[in-house]
Amino acid sequence: MKPYVSVEGIARRFPGLTVFQDVWFGIARGEFVCLVGHSGCGKTTILNILAGLDSPSDGGVVVDGQEITGPALDRAVVFQGHALMPWLTAEQNVGFALSCRKPGWGRARLREEARAVLAKVGLEHAADRKPAMLSGGMKQRVGIARALAVQPKMMLMDEPFSALDALTRGSLQEEVSRLTTEAGQTAFMITHDVDEAILLADRILLMTNGPEARIAEVLVNTLPRPRIRATLHHQPGYHGLRDHIMDFLVTRSRTLAGAPPEGYDPRDPPIVRLAE
Amino acid sequence: MQAVPAWKAALLSLAILAVFLGAWELALKAGAAGGGAAIDPEYAALLGQAAQQGGRTPMPAPSQIAVRLWELLRDPFYVRGPNDQGIGIQVAWSLGRVLLGFLIAAVVAIPLGFVIGMSPLLNAALNPFIQVLRPVSPLAWMPLALFTIQDSSISAIFVIFICSIWPMLMNTAFGVANVRREWLNVARTLEAGTWRTAFRVILPAAAPTILTGMRISIGIAWLVIVAAEMLVGGTGIGYWVWNQWNNLSLADIVIAILMIGLVGLALDRLLGLVQRWVAWQE
Repeated sequence: MKPYVSVEGIARRFPGLTVFQDVWFGIARGEFVCLVGHSGCGKTTILNILAGLDSPSDGGVVVDGQEITGPALDRAVVFQGHALMPWLTAEQNVGFALSCRKPGWGRARLREEARAVLAKVGLEHAADRKPAMLSGGMKQRVGIARALAVQPKMMLMDEPFSALDALTRGSLQEEVSRLTTEAGQTAFMITHDVDEAILLADRILLMTNGPEARIAEVLVNTLPRPRIRATLHHQPGYHGLRDHIMDFLVTRSRTLAGAPPEGYDPRDPPIVRLAE
Repeated sequence: MQAVPAWKAALLSLAILAVFLGAWELALKAGAAGGGAAIDPEYAALLGQAAQQGGRTPMPAPSQIAVRLWELLRDPFYVRGPNDQGIGIQVAWSLGRVLLGFLIAAVVAIPLGFVIGMSPLLNAALNPFIQVLRPVSPLAWMPLALFTIQDSSISAIFVIFICSIWPMLMNTAFGVANVRREWLNVARTLEAGTWRTAFRVILPAAAPTILTGMRISIGIAWLVIVAAEMLVGGTGIGYWVWNQWNNLSLADIVIAILMIGLVGLALDRLLGLVQRWVAWQE
């Protein structure tokens, strides 16, 4: 049986340049998958293809048995640069998303529901502020609230915390971890923060450098949930995972880039499960 | 630049005004004392009253202008026949024409600019026409307007329309075409639909740029109405200026200049307020 999301042989080609090709992977319902790789390997393009904002030069994506042809409310995106509308308050930004999901709802209902979603990310007190009056972390919280508000089947996150300072990033990672685990939310996130991937992901896709990037291997995150950020590095197995990803990013992403190893099957990249 | 207290700036403004008006007043007094003798008596007899002033209409002094201004403002809305109406009435006529022409232009330019901004094809196709027509002085349209419309008052409104349409059209198209990609992507992932995206995302995003265009337009329209009314005549502050020139009442012309300036300022400030209202800050 096919997984909930099935990415089937997508590629991005420009004349004379193949950014990535033969990318195959699946995401199960309720699973959190992180994609890790260096800049330039086409991570954002892959996310945009999943979102329906971009289309692949080759291959396709099947979600819930249907090939996607464009953006849909089922797949909410948390953008890298929050992408809030600066002329709307936090509540109105969330309300706009809600009004797209529920066109029949009146103003009062939208207000109430938007506030409820903002409360989930701890921003009820800032509901009436415009983005200019919010800190970077608060803006991204509103971005997450907006994505959650439409009750998507899948959340797509493009390095959502990369612009934030370490402290804020930490608390937001915990927030996302809590929210997605609570709701059994299917999620796909791009990151190059190793700890972030270990904290959040069930599986971590490791991508080689571009051009002609591909998924080199799939690392299974064996750390049990719930994972607490503060104590994550004390958990047995954490250092093994971290070292594996770091080694990959520092050397193997480069050495594996040109020629795939013997017996490599792009449809079924090697699954790595570290021994405890 | 350092911020200065408002009262300091206001005080300096008043001082400059006082010096300017004082110099004007004094210069005219000195001039009047010197001249006026070398006139042929026969010519003086022909000229009659004017001869006492040396055969020339003297430049009015600020004090005389102030007296005249008081006269005009005491009863700005009187109507004593077609050629003798209060200055308030004249300004109202001009304002009416400007607002009507400007509003029609806005109704045409903003939706059209929206479509042009959304469609790169239309943008490229219409651009040559806009580029050629935009630099044409609106008064050049006057003969064509008079010929086709055959009504001078409507022709003036048409001239206002044609001069205020370009900045609004171009700014709207520019603002709409340059709406941040990421906001459009948000709308797309939310399946917001064309209308919801247009009104809830693109319009507010482009509103400050559109308002800038409207501000430029109303400024140009107010500049042009004076010239247009000098041509078509009948009513309006432009006609009034021309009429007072024919009457050689220079004081009235100075007052008209002041009025035109103040009304133009008010129009600009009014749109400035709207612009503040739609402005957003990242």
